[in-house]
Amino acid sequence: MTALLDVRGLSAGYGDFQALFEVYMAVEEGETLAIIGANGAGKTTLLRTLAGLVPASSGTVRFAGADLLAVPAWKRVGHGISLVPEGRMLFPSLDVRENLLIGAHARRGGRWNLDRVIEVFPLLAPLLGRPSEVLSGGEKQAVAIGRALMANPRLMLLDEVSLGLAPLVVKQLYAALPEVVEAGTTVLVVEQDIGQAAAAADRLVCLLEGRVVLEGDPDCLTRGDIVAAYFGMKAET
Amino acid sequence: MIWANAVVQGLLLGGLLALFATGLSLAFGVMRFVNLAHGDLAVLAAFLAVSVTGGLGVNPFWSLLVVVPAMAAVGYLLQRYAFNRTMGPDPLPSILVTFGLSVVIQNALLEGYSADSQGLDAGPIETASVELPGGIAVGWFPLLMAAVAAVVLVGLQLFLSRTRMGRAFRATSDDPSTARLMGIDDRRVYAAVMAVAFATVAMAGLFLGMRQTFGPSDGPAQLIFAFEAVVIGGIGSLWGTLLGGVVLGVSQTVGNQIDVEFNFLSGPLFGHLIFLAALAFRPTGLLGAGRRA
Repeated sequence: MTALLDVRGLSAGYGDFQALFEVYMAVEEGETLAIIGANGAGKTTLLRTLAGLVPASSGTVRFAGADLLAVPAWKRVGHGISLVPEGRMLFPSLDVRENLLIGAHARRGGRWNLDRVIEVFPLLAPLLGRPSEVLSGGEKQAVAIGRALMANPRLMLLDEVSLGLAPLVVKQLYAALPEVVEAGTTVLVVEQDIGQAAAAADRLVCLLEGRVVLEGDPDCLTRGDIVAAYFGMKAET
Repeated sequence: MIWANAVVQGLLLGGLLALFATGLSLAFGVMRFVNLAHGDLAVLAAFLAVSVTGGLGVNPFWSLLVVVPAMAAVGYLLQRYAFNRTMGPDPLPSILVTFGLSVVIQNALLEGYSADSQGLDAGPIETASVELPGGIAVGWFPLLMAAVAAVVLVGLQLFLSRTRMGRAFRATSDDPSTARLMGIDDRRVYAAVMAVAFATVAMAGLFLGMRQTFGPSDGPAQLIFAFEAVVIGGIGSLWGTLLGGVVLGVSQTVGNQIDVEFNFLSGPLFGHLIFLAALAFRPTGLLGAGRRA
């Protein structure tokens, strides 16, 4: 089976600073893949590179068979890639409804629309007319995920979903993921919470200092393997 | 009644000043782009109207149909292929480029039309007026200018708040990187914004040409008035720009009246003082919320 996303030898960074070193990774259609790693491991850079916000310095990325690196960032959503960025990055001059609607700017047809997003995140229903700036962290994250879903993505990239949120809110957000996958969206989630990532994902990839150091089914990996890869203990021994 | 007349005339003049400032406000609000050639563009549009009216033998109002779309196209192309290359965290390149454009426009106009002052003859409407209760005479032409300014500003506000494209403009203004993730090409949005800015300043230039004589080097003075209207009203706010234009217009006509009555101050000087006061006591402008970090 051909992978939906096939990353080969991807290197990227910011100016002279290289954050990713020849990353190899594949994501199958319909799966949920979690990328874990400590701060500075390159998780966010990987997602931003896939979304087109950080230029790749070498390597190839094929998405549904097409050369993704040749596609400018603003066209990638049209190809079916949506990023929920770290920090939510809602548009402050747009209210909640507008923040959701702008997710559908590329007019990609599909199952997701405003009503369906509200079904999945009912907490947003009474907030639609509110300015996005007054929302709580969890509400903002729900809007950010809803906004990405409005684009009807084939692949949704979620960056640090749980960052700065209460455990209960994180649980509610992750509870929506199975419905997203069931609707035909493949999910690539960056997560620092190893337990949360292992529970939600079909497969784990661990990054350390910009390189893939561990990959596998969370049910087959021992906690020791994951912790060693996460902190680089395996690399030292 | 003299003072009431000054205020009424100032309100109408405010419409023209607001129309002048709209493009500047829009470009800065969406792109943080300071266009130092803004005043020269108004003068350029007026000179183009001279050519169109002379060539086709039509009333200057009809020249709007040619000059405004032509200026919008120039604005789109300039932004797409020149200004976009200067944009970034450092505002200096765009300031230098538009300053250069200002010099180029002034010299091109000087070469093409000579240094002689020109004017656009709008016909009988220039002198026609209607008398309000209290004996205040209001010219139809200033009324028309104010009405056009109000329609343009309200139309733009509705466009920004109610349409899909307007939503894209606001999102790009907030955060161009994240806007790209929504499928918005920020470079094209900027070009569209500049097209609208050029179209509005072309309209203002034509009204200027019908209202008074103009020469190739009049642009910088118009730029100052536009800047003052934007700053008084609040940077990036279209309603603020309308209000700023009105405040500046009233300041200038009241200043003129003070000059007539007391031989003290002059219209533009009084306007500049009001601008300085606004800058000192309300630097974010009357309706501006200040720049977001």
